[in-house]
Amino acid sequence: MTLERMPWLEEVGPEADLVVSTRIRLARNVADRPFWGRNTAVDREGICRLVETAAAEVPELAGATWHRLDGLPRLTRLWLHERQVTSRELAGLDPSGRVRSGAAVLVAGGRAIMVNEEDHLRIQALVPGFATTAAYGQAERLDGELGHRISFAFHPEFGYLSACPTNVGTGLRASVLIHLPALVLTREIGKVLQGLAQVGLTHRGLWGEGSEVRGNLFQLSNQTTLGKSEAELLDHLGRLVTEVIGHERRARDVLRRDATVLVEDRVWRAWGLLRHARVLAFEETLNLLSGVRLGVGMGVLPPVPMTTLNRLLVAAQDAHVAREAETGLDDEALPAHRARLVQRLLDEEEPR
Amino acid sequence: MHLTEIVAGQVTTVHLCGRCAAERGIATDAEAAATPLGSFLAAMSPTAAMPPLPSAEAATCPACGASLADIRSSGRLGCATCWSTFERPLRDLVRRLHGGTRHVGEAYEDPAGVGDLEALRARHERTRLRDALRDAVAEEDFERAAELRDRLRAMEGDG
Repeated sequence: MTLERMPWLEEVGPEADLVVSTRIRLARNVADRPFWGRNTAVDREGICRLVETAAAEVPELAGATWHRLDGLPRLTRLWLHERQVTSRELAGLDPSGRVRSGAAVLVAGGRAIMVNEEDHLRIQALVPGFATTAAYGQAERLDGELGHRISFAFHPEFGYLSACPTNVGTGLRASVLIHLPALVLTREIGKVLQGLAQVGLTHRGLWGEGSEVRGNLFQLSNQTTLGKSEAELLDHLGRLVTEVIGHERRARDVLRRDATVLVEDRVWRAWGLLRHARVLAFEETLNLLSGVRLGVGMGVLPPVPMTTLNRLLVAAQDAHVAREAETGLDDEALPAHRARLVQRLLDEEEPR
Repeated sequence: MHLTEIVAGQVTTVHLCGRCAAERGIATDAEAAATPLGSFLAAMSPTAAMPPLPSAEAATCPACGASLADIRSSGRLGCATCWSTFERPLRDLVRRLHGGTRHVGEAYEDPAGVGDLEALRARHERTRLRDALRDAVAEEDFERAAELRDRLRAMEGDG
């Protein structure tokens, strides 16, 4: 399997059966340079050079890979997006389909710096499982190293200045990607999400802003970025996610008690299809993976490692399948390639 | 908002922000506010539609030329100076968005001058020379070490 190393896919994090990953994003802008909406190609090129030069001095970024998105084919851009190192917008994957000049991303393991997104820099750290503090630690170190070398736009009252007023202050967005199938099956999810919204948490789909929730995977994150310290924001999110985990576990107890056969049938069907189907659409794969993850978590199915299921979430996406099968995104056989890839990965890593 | 559909025994729950819901022809109780910035912000926070920004004070930002109307229509500020130029209306907006206006997180100390690419390059070069000097000394190549030291002194003399 030629999936390049991504620590968040290979290690088991806290609460791994429910929480896939924790991500931190810090929005930063360079002082004295026009923002996103008012800058020119020359300005954006300057930002690229600034970040590239500063990053070259940072020991932690020694092995980092610099991807100029504006010079890459669509397949590679989509592939990077599927690995969660770049947003859809920066990678130019919207239907309008144009990549902005100067769009770039620097990738170092689970850390990435998006350059010339809505903010000049978006420093990100992605770690496996439920680990807000660990993820923040990684992002903060990069922020510190870069902030010593590049002047960031900072206001004594408003804090770190962003292009959009929703990100000003800490510039911190902490997100936890959590799998909540039992709350969906028991129809409790609406209530839970409503409750979260009231205390300042938003939810999105797996691919961030604007994406639908699929495969029962929810991205929970803080809504406000100013007026609370980084530690308070992380603590608030952490406490609420812990509560959600409790709700999901209780919903699983209910399913186990009141719907044993139904749930067992469902997860075994998901397992059977994932193992033996000859054609798999991605949407279907996501739902089957959700069923299998639930079955493994509840001790119904064989204990497939969570790392395998996490890797499948990434590896079963179009650009990954296309690259693995050495074909293009428009290949009609992609769903068949996907089924073979999924089964090979499961065979390789199935518990004996 | 959340939609639960049951088709052939499969439960699908779709979660939509106000804007996506509107695109699908679903009425939401958080109807987007009249201005584009308002609708953008409403989409960001489906629970509370944002009132439009108060009217302008200064006409345009002296640094980037953005007017308050530009900021309203794009939902984005033009540059860091916009934050000072339109401080008063922005303060009101920020208060409504975040519940406060004072940043209490990590303070940032601007490393004066280092944002300049030339200064950064010079520093980079000094680091490289220092590393080379250390290597030269370790290898007892004193001729080269002396040359590197002179170049470093010249650079540091320049500031």
